[in-house]
Amino acid sequence: MTRLVLRRLAWSVPMLLVITLLSFVLVSLIPGDTARAILGPSAAPEQIDAVRAQLGLDQPLLQQYLSWLGRAIRGDLGSSLLTGVDVSQLVNARLAPTLSLITLATLSAGVIGVTLGVQSAVRGGRLGRLVDLASMSGLAVPGFALALLLVAVFAVRWPLFPATGYVDFASSPGQWLHALVLPVAAACPGAATAVAKQARDATLDVLDREFVRVMQANGVPRRTIIYRHVLRNAAGPVVSLLGVVSASLLGAAVLIENVFALPGLGSAAAVAASQHDLPVLQGAVVYFTLIVIVIGLLVDLVQAWLDPKVRLR
Amino acid sequence: MTRAPRQLARTSLTVLATLWLGVLAVAVLAPGLLTGRDPLEQDLTASLQTATGEHLLGTDRLGRDLLSRLVHGTGTVLWGVAVAVVVAVVLGTVLGLIAGYFGGLLDAAVMRLSDLLFAVPGIILLLVVASTFPNDVTIAMTAFGVIMASGLIRVVRGATRSLRAEQFIAAAKVAGLSDAQILWRHALPRLLGLVIVQASLIAAVTVVTQAGLAFLGFGPPPPAPTWGGLMDEGRAVMAQSAWPLLPPGAAVALTVLAFLLIGDAVRDRTTGAWSTSKLARPNRRRSRIASGEADVSASPAVLKVRGLSAAIPDRVTFAPRTVVTDASFEIDPGEIVGLVGESGSGKTVTALSVLGLTPGGGTVTGGSCMFEGLDLVRATARQWRDVRGRGIGYVAQDSALSLDPSLRVGAQLAAAVRRHTGVNRRVARSRAAELLAAVELTDPAVARRYPHQLSGGMAQRAAIAYALAGSPRLLIADEPTTALDMTVQASILALLRRLSRDRSMAVLLVTHDLGVVAQLCDRVVVMYAGQVVERCTTDELFTGPRHPYSAALLAADPSRARFGQPLPVIAGTAPVPGAWPRGCRMADRCSLVTDQCRAAEVPLLEYAHGSVARCIRVAERQDAVPVS
Ligand code: SF4
Repeated sequence: MTRLVLRRLAWSVPMLLVITLLSFVLVSLIPGDTARAILGPSAAPEQIDAVRAQLGLDQPLLQQYLSWLGRAIRGDLGSSLLTGVDVSQLVNARLAPTLSLITLATLSAGVIGVTLGVQSAVRGGRLGRLVDLASMSGLAVPGFALALLLVAVFAVRWPLFPATGYVDFASSPGQWLHALVLPVAAACPGAATAVAKQARDATLDVLDREFVRVMQANGVPRRTIIYRHVLRNAAGPVVSLLGVVSASLLGAAVLIENVFALPGLGSAAAVAASQHDLPVLQGAVVYFTLIVIVIGLLVDLVQAWLDPKVRLR
Repeated sequence: MTRAPRQLARTSLTVLATLWLGVLAVAVLAPGLLTGRDPLEQDLTASLQTATGEHLLGTDRLGRDLLSRLVHGTGTVLWGVAVAVVVAVVLGTVLGLIAGYFGGLLDAAVMRLSDLLFAVPGIILLLVVASTFPNDVTIAMTAFGVIMASGLIRVVRGATRSLRAEQFIAAAKVAGLSDAQILWRHALPRLLGLVIVQASLIAAVTVVTQAGLAFLGFGPPPPAPTWGGLMDEGRAVMAQSAWPLLPPGAAVALTVLAFLLIGDAVRDRTTGAWSTSKLARPNRRRSRIASGEADVSASPAVLKVRGLSAAIPDRVTFAPRTVVTDASFEIDPGEIVGLVGESGSGKTVTALSVLGLTPGGGTVTGGSCMFEGLDLVRATARQWRDVRGRGIGYVAQDSALSLDPSLRVGAQLAAAVRRHTGVNRRVARSRAAELLAAVELTDPAVARRYPHQLSGGMAQRAAIAYALAGSPRLLIADEPTTALDMTVQASILALLRRLSRDRSMAVLLVTHDLGVVAQLCDRVVVMYAGQVVERCTTDELFTGPRHPYSAALLAADPSRARFGQPLPVIAGTAPVPGAWPRGCRMADRCSLVTDQCRAAEVPLLEYAHGSVARCIRVAERQDAVPVS
């Protein structure tokens, strides 16, 4: 168990290195010059050279990366090329909306998906078919399109919820939730249907196992079998999928934050990408990767808690 | 709903999906067929119209025709999908095959790579790529394909590993084929369905992602139309009209749906995955099953099975197929009866049907099972509650899988005790310990273990203890020793014998092992092709079996009919359910066969008191009389 966690943590280090290096190299391939982008097309060559030197852009790529890494380890992710804002500060401030969004969306997707999936598995027949169809259409409507639709209906046509903006949980939990209803509703269906399908398959799989028949034959009531034994054993694959889903919600968050103007990590990354603001983009990459790693760790812990075979290894 | 209309609905959906992709192809190859308008032609007088005769899908803010913009944006979408799918499929299949086939270090390396790709925050990396190579769909979708390859690598690797374990790969190796040839000729074709399914998923995700990128402004530069770009333009005018959002939104949704449906159809084709509920509800209505015959004898039997028939739905057509016909036998209190036969003879189906749990979604179609005066075939859910566990206990073949793997052995036993007796937790815990002691598991640590921490023999003992929790009068044990090694088998059999004697508990022992029968059983029921063919005492079976099948079992190699040996092999194979002949089902394998054997169904004939065989030639040798 401890070994499991340690192993995952040990892996996350090279993972972070490779991913940041990758994005570093990619961004440095941007045609044109960052210094020129900052100073504008009319800048004199001496000015550009000065800025390049100032930014360390005249050094070899690997050296640039290593010095970025050296500073990053000390918590200094540099500052935005365009606004000069400290990247760590900027990114930290952007963390809460994104985490709120994906946590709420994952939770609601989990509850809705597991309920639907398990019901469809134990009842079979028409409900099972319905979950199949729903899971397809849930995946078919992209989150951002649904977001637009929700805004058109519930913010523009009937102004029940704010179309844009975010309120800190600390300042007002009620408004925080109110502001997040539509974003979560937009992010949820795709995730929920994926969960439902997995929950259904996992439950059917467990129902087929020998111990279910043994329990049935020895008089364990149906409800007990389903809710105390089958669910517990079907939870493993579902939890894995929830991990995948919340990681993929990070991607969806980029678009959904954009639609709802949520000041999150995703929209920061999108803006930074369109402005070629390397330090900010790089900071977002680091945070996103960290979040994915933490999600993986959480999944491992829950798995171990659920499955003695993993826990006792 | 029956299967046929469902299947049809499914097929027609697949056809529609294919048609839609066909329309998209036309939109790319011959856009003129779908729209005559120029996607860039502005007409400010016709701004923001909904569907009209002029503009079938309405217009945008600048009065441009939405249908035309949609049609001319299709090319980018399909090109992006093609790039991402090709990259993901090539990368995923090749790496997955290599990892799964060669294993070892190569496998480890590929899996690490796959882990890495999986951890990459896909859309962020995509943003980085898109901002590096602005407006370049090909490069962005190549990067996306690489990211998406991660899942495919895992799937292909898993399938390849299980393929490698199969016979034919080894055969191909022996035949001198090189690894590359084996992979290309034998592995790849088998994986094709799987890869197509994954590819269609990747295609669906790509459509969404690409629209998202264009929506964020990372698609081809305006004014070129793209689906995501159309949505972005729609958002800008949302306050005035939500209409322009609909056509591109619907186009994305339909395309994604089409890819998913096609993937689903391929999966069904390749795996036949049509699952139904496997934990069927107990039948609340009284079943309309014809009773075998009136039970008039006042024998003391604890279980009396009369004319039991069972059917299981066919895997492909779902039509019920009879697998057990007219099985009759009885078990006296404290008696151990062996139910013997080859696999497929219907012995397990018979035993589970007694418990109302006909496997494979099957049902009992006729006859009766009298257990202590109650006909189990017609029992209600409430009556079953008193029978299962309390009247009849059940032990399964694979002890390692018989208990819930996620809970401790002791806790499961205590829960069973509480359920059956209603005692409090503390008492239940000590009863659980007593039960474990009764199956000779005296180490108190056993109760705290999880099933996977027990050896095979210990797990089977625990499973027996579980079945004993409700103090049943009858124990049904399905091949309880088959999965165990020899010495452990002997000790489990001795345990069953002792438990039966001490608790005067009857045992119905399903087995294919004549040695087990010889060691444990008082009487034997031999089944062949879904029928009882002989019912006699164990002595009679071993000294003078009357049915040619029973005789063949012993005669084929009498010395092998010892403990621990499987049934000896008899020439020929048993007819499978659905292919049973009209007359004797043994006819094709019987050396005594006559024309009369094939003419009509053969009844059970009594040849000694209480002993019967289903063979007309028994009558020639003995004064046998027909019985039911
Ligand atoms: S009835 Fe005929 S074919 Fe069947 S077992 Fe007897 S002798 Fe053989």
